[in-house]
Amino acid sequence: MESTTAPTKPQFSPAAQVEIKRLLTHYPDDRKKSALLPVLHMAQAEFGGWVSPEVQDLVADTLGIKPIEVYEVATFYTMFNLKPVGKHVLEICRTGPCMLRGSDELTAHLERITGAKVGGPTSEDGLFTLKEVECLAACGFAPIVQVREKYYEKLDTPEAVDAMLTELRNQVHRPILPWEEVGLPNSLKNN
Amino acid sequence: MGRKLLTEHINVEGIDTFEVYRKHGGYRSVEKALKTMTPDEVVEEVKKSGLRGRGGAGFPTGMKWSFLAKPEGVPRYLVCNADESEPGTFKDRQLMSKLPHLLIEGMITGSYALGANTSYIYIRGELLYVLRILEKAIAEAYANGFLGKNILGSGYDLDLHVHPGGGAYICGEETALLESLEGKRGNPRNKPPFPAVQGLYARPTVVNNVESIAAVPIIVNMTGDEYAKIGVGRSTGTKLISACGHLNKPGIYEIELGLPVEEFIYSDEYCGGIWKGRELKAVVAGGSSVPILPKELILKTAAGENRLMTYESLSDGGFVTGTMLGSGGFIAMDETTCIVRNTWNFSRFYHHESCGQCSPCREGTGWLEKVLHRLEYGHGHMEDIDLLVSVAKQIEGNTICPLGEAAAWPVAAAVRHFRDEFEWHVKHPQEAIRPGAVYPGKAVLA
Repeated sequence: MESTTAPTKPQFSPAAQVEIKRLLTHYPDDRKKSALLPVLHMAQAEFGGWVSPEVQDLVADTLGIKPIEVYEVATFYTMFNLKPVGKHVLEICRTGPCMLRGSDELTAHLERITGAKVGGPTSEDGLFTLKEVECLAACGFAPIVQVREKYYEKLDTPEAVDAMLTELRNQVHRPILPWEEVGLPNSLKNN
Repeated sequence: MGRKLLTEHINVEGIDTFEVYRKHGGYRSVEKALKTMTPDEVVEEVKKSGLRGRGGAGFPTGMKWSFLAKPEGVPRYLVCNADESEPGTFKDRQLMSKLPHLLIEGMITGSYALGANTSYIYIRGELLYVLRILEKAIAEAYANGFLGKNILGSGYDLDLHVHPGGGAYICGEETALLESLEGKRGNPRNKPPFPAVQGLYARPTVVNNVESIAAVPIIVNMTGDEYAKIGVGRSTGTKLISACGHLNKPGIYEIELGLPVEEFIYSDEYCGGIWKGRELKAVVAGGSSVPILPKELILKTAAGENRLMTYESLSDGGFVTGTMLGSGGFIAMDETTCIVRNTWNFSRFYHHESCGQCSPCREGTGWLEKVLHRLEYGHGHMEDIDLLVSVAKQIEGNTICPLGEAAAWPVAAAVRHFRDEFEWHVKHPQEAIRPGAVYPGKAVLA
């Protein structure tokens, strides 16, 4: 399996540090903890798709809060992976409307062709981790899989699923970081 | 029929950019409000419009605004609830990704009305790409002088920020959302104090849904009185309905409130009928938390009148024969749908999403899920059916936030309207989970 273990003493990249500085300007000076969720998202993107205890400690350090304040939040929200994951985490929506349009079948199909198991091991090639999630708010285009920020909708035929997997297999593994496409938009406000 | 207000320009090429949006009349409400109206006058227009919260509860927006405490020298906040995650509801995602500037315009006009100088859009974490679209649009608004210091030379300052959640349905509840925005677990707060008095950072705060805020520019532009002329009775204006499930044309439709449910389901302008030429069996009309209704009750009220898409008509008959408009998450189920399985699926959702803070919800949602699971998988007993009703009753009204009711109502309603189907599951355990089976009960009445 591809190694996704974070280094023991992780550090945010210079670009991430700039982004964190920007994020902190969004909240009152004595409310830095507000930036916790956005910073956790950044940490997860930067350190291999999951937040190890060491990464969580780094987040605590960065925001000047106690590590327990990060742990209790990281374990509460389902988007944060607390264990190593494969190159792509496929989040399959399983709730009501998706079930009506075949998400149970989709899950079984994905398990069969990737070899990964929902809530279980990543596929042997290290490519795919399967995760069932609750409503992704795209019910009209069900069934749906989310892979990072991308939604794959109407996956009700084997062809649609194959197209998704082929696209993912051909993707060069590089985490997409939250600040990449939008630059530093709010820096404009100081002009 | 079918006037489009929110989605009038939704398919215009490049409408997500400031330039094109502005060309189509964008940001006029900001100019009108900041240059010609006092904040109180803006609140008054929203009151006159009769706009009711589009997130699900349907509370009058203008009245909510007028509750905001306004002590001098204390910051106030407007927070947009963009944590859309109620199963069946997917209108806000679309609205934000296609018309980001409409939401931003609403945030500016709304913030001005409320005297807020910093506002937040709390968006569910899963919608990372929408967050980027919004950030880009916000940057454009700053660059064009509609955000930042001294907007349009009016002396009014506003900073607007997008804040992502982390994947938790409970953060759609306004006080849980505020906790989350403060960097904590999304545990709902006890009320009172209400956010209007002690909200974000213990400051006076208004929390509104995306669609409600997006309606504000329209109301300010056309005046509240004109807006109130659209719709029926106390259900004024237009509403986005996100239609899904077994429909020929699932998707998002803007309707004028008052459209007959039957027309919405069957006409080609909207959902185009039920897929595969099947019969309709049941509908959940306002997102997963509202009571399910069988075909005959969703099309007609108990009095035999046409059921309309309005807050009042849908709830006609209370929960015995009615339901709620809720968030407009419209889930249609065809005749092959297993109501037990669907109810179990919803219960699993609520169990998973309960924050665990109060016992009736934490334990009760788990009970519901387990009992429904054993019924669905052929291990149920007749007593289980009444047990479900009893557990639902014990959750309802005994929790800090409305997630308890959201978990209890669908179960109670499913048993109320489809009890024979639950009994059928007990009597035919081997066939209970046969895929594609046509289940007896209300379905065969069609």
